[in-house]
Amino acid sequence: MAYSDKVIDHYENPRNVGSFEKSDESVGTGMVGAPACGDVMKLQIKVGADGRIEDARFKTYGCGSAIASSSLVTEWVKGKTLDQAASIRNTDIAQELSLPPVKIHCSILAEDAIKAAVDDYRKKHGFAGEKPAEEKKVA
Amino acid sequence: MKLPIYLDYSATTPVDPRVAQKMIPYLTEIFGNPASRSHAFGWAAEQAVEEARAHVAALINADPKEIVWTSGATEGNNLAIKGAAHFYQTKGKHLITQKTEHKAVLDTFRELERQGFEATYLDVEPNGLVSLEKFAAAIRPDTILASIMMVNNEIGVIQPVWEIAEICRKKGVIFHCDAVQGAGRVAIDLQKFKADLLTITAHKMYGPKGIGALYVRRKPRVRIEAQIHGGGHERGFRSGTLATHQIVGFGEAARLAKLEMATDNERIRALRDRLWKSIQGMEEVYLNGDFERRIPHNLNVSFNFVEGESLIMAVKDIAVSSGSACTSASLEPSYVLRALGRNDELAHSSIRITLGRFTTQDEVDYAASLIKSKVAKLRELSPLWEMYQEGVDLNSVQWAAH
Repeated sequence: MAYSDKVIDHYENPRNVGSFEKSDESVGTGMVGAPACGDVMKLQIKVGADGRIEDARFKTYGCGSAIASSSLVTEWVKGKTLDQAASIRNTDIAQELSLPPVKIHCSILAEDAIKAAVDDYRKKHGFAGEKPAEEKKVA
Repeated sequence: MKLPIYLDYSATTPVDPRVAQKMIPYLTEIFGNPASRSHAFGWAAEQAVEEARAHVAALINADPKEIVWTSGATEGNNLAIKGAAHFYQTKGKHLITQKTEHKAVLDTFRELERQGFEATYLDVEPNGLVSLEKFAAAIRPDTILASIMMVNNEIGVIQPVWEIAEICRKKGVIFHCDAVQGAGRVAIDLQKFKADLLTITAHKMYGPKGIGALYVRRKPRVRIEAQIHGGGHERGFRSGTLATHQIVGFGEAARLAKLEMATDNERIRALRDRLWKSIQGMEEVYLNGDFERRIPHNLNVSFNFVEGESLIMAVKDIAVSSGSACTSASLEPSYVLRALGRNDELAHSSIRITLGRFTTQDEVDYAASLIKSKVAKLRELSPLWEMYQEGVDLNSVQWAAH
């Protein structure tokens, strides 16, 4: 299969590989996928005092497109608020990396990983489920 | 050393330069139709075809009259299985094969099931081999045909086809053997081996693509129904103008294989063992399929916690294939490895390395060090490797299937 230059670049020089301490209060961890399906992504975000994501890390078991998708989103989420990060669409990822149709699931997994990391952070800080923090406060 | 290094000899082999040399005049000079009986162009082509037939027959110790030219392995398997099933269908409707056969056999069986035949797909043992007891037990009074491969294309294991042929002969079941990965690598003597039908192809033994042969036993006589009809070539078994240059190439490839197989195998086995010794010391590395009953050319290895397609991408300087069929866009792990009982992770993490006549020690050493460094790099990227290092039992994790 022919990969796009951007996939190859992220695959050969993956950004932000690694792990944060899971129990750290400022860290949200999302782990999605399953080994049986050939993809597992772990995405972690570190949220600053201003509510913005100041850093991100990933580890991915999967094909080149899965590794590239997760590497890309660690770059994209930095500097974003939780809401902004959670609104990253898989189609944006697929388009940026020119993923072929058979690899679209990799971008879906990356979107899910961000949402899972954001959810984890919110749960740690007493916010339930997918509801954005601001709405909760109003209610 | 020229990169990338070809280590996918089970997919196809390059045409040996000696074979190519032999073929060329049959494209430009001796171009006649071997079926032309009325002039010297035809006679010369026919003579070349018959010489080649004798070489191919000699490789498997058969009579040249037992060789039917085909376009390749897929056609050979179709002709043997459909041809025999159709011919003997009044005797019974039951067919036997096993789950790690090539798709050319499995899909042909599926088609026959659609036509009203009944098929048994035997499981293999964890080492990839068919159990003789289970095979014998699967035979029914209405079993007419069994098809078991000689050498598995993914894991290189050698099935006990010699014993299976004996069982079939005793029970009056026609036995077809797909020997595509065996011919030229494993000695075949059809005076002793009781297969009734045997498929081989040129491009796995340094001959050209697009030409194969089906062996059809004459003593005792085995009948098949033709699948391609026309001018009655190949004694009616397979109509169609013979591709003289391809056949000449196949004949020369078979002649060289017979001469050089033993020395080739010995050299290749030493290289394969050197490669395996080098990578086997890594943590969480698994060889798929029996090591002893295996052609010397094949290594099929799972690197746990590394996904196969990303590994293949990482080792792009060596041309190997993924046991995982991700590359064919089906996103399913290898059905062969699943049939061995390998879990999905290991089935997803395998690569097949196959060596051949032109593989050198330098190439093997380069491949070993490349694989080792890239597996280490990908494991640094792998959350599963991290969990394994932390002592997490991956089977205890609730994964969300997607």
